Amino acid sequence: MVQYSRAGFDASFAALSDATRRGVLEQLWRADASITDLAEKFHMTLTGMKKHVGVLEKAGLVTTEKVGRVRTCRLGLRRLTEEAAWIERYRQLWEARFDELDKVVEELKRKEKVDGRKKRK
Amino acid sequence: MDARRESEPTPMKNRTTVERKSERELVVTRSFNGPARLVFEAWTKPELFRRWWVPKSMGMSLRSCEMDVRVGGKYRLEFEPDAMAFFGTYLEVTPHSRLVWTNEEGGEGGPVTTVTFEEKGGKTLLVMHELYSSKEALDAAGTGAADAMVETFAQLDELLLTLGASV
Repeated sequence: MVQYSRAGFDASFAALSDATRRGVLEQLWRADASITDLAEKFHMTLTGMKKHVGVLEKAGLVTTEKVGRVRTCRLGLRRLTEEAAWIERYRQLWEARFDELDKVVEELKRKEKVDGRKKRK
Repeated sequence: MDARRESEPTPMKNRTTVERKSERELVVTRSFNGPARLVFEAWTKPELFRRWWVPKSMGMSLRSCEMDVRVGGKYRLEFEPDAMAFFGTYLEVTPHSRLVWTNEEGGEGGPVTTVTFEEKGGKTLLVMHELYSSKEALDAAGTGAADAMVETFAQLDELLLTLGASV
C-alpha cells in the first residue's frame, strides 16, 4: 500500500496552502538557498520570509542550518511526501484503468456464457 | 443462490495498490472477478485493450493501438490530441499467465514491464511490475523532474480538498 501517514499529510497540506511557500519549495527543489536569497526572489521582507520558512520547517518540508551569519534552507525529510503524492496519482490512474478493465472482463464473461450455451444446443 | 446470479451487478470493486518495492521497482496489484484467460485477452487484443487503457480522466484518447503480441513483436500506442506515443517490444508472451515488454519511447534503457496473471477460484490476481534501469530513472518518471513540481503541488491541492471534504 501507499506508505504515508494521514497526520503527516495534514501538516504538509497546511504548509502547502500558501502559494509563496509552494514557490519556496519549488525553488529549494532546484537548489538550497539562504533566507535572504528567498526573500529577494519572492520580493518579501526578511521577516516575512522567515515566517514562511518557519511554517515549512514545522511541517518537516524544509530544514535550515545557520552557518556564520547565513541561514541556509534545504528540502527536509518530508520531501517523501511528494513521492507519496506521485504514487497516489499513479495509483489513481491505474485504478481508473482497471475500473474500465473490469467492465471489459464482465462483458467477456457474459459473452463466453452466451457462446457456451449456443454451443451446447 | 439461484442460477440467475450471473446477471447480478458486479460485486464490490477490488483494490488497486501501488508500491515502490525498491529504488528501481514499482509494483501495481489488482484482482479481477474473472478467469485469467479473459483478463489476459483484455491485455492482448488491441480492440479490447484500447477500451480501458486510456480512462476518461486522462483527457486523451488513443488514435491508434497496434499490438503484435508474440516474442519479439512490437506494440505502438498513439494518443490524440497530442502526438504522444508509447512503443516497445514484447520479450515474453505466455498465454494467460505472463507478459513482458520494453518501453522504448524514452530511448534506450527504458523500463521493462512484467505483468503476471494468477487465477484462484475464478478470480485473477494481476501483478504489474516495472523495473527501471536506475533509481534516477524511476525518480524522473515521477517526482524527480523539477518541472513536474508545480503539477505535483496542484495535485496535492486537489488531494487536500478531497481530504478536507471527507473530514
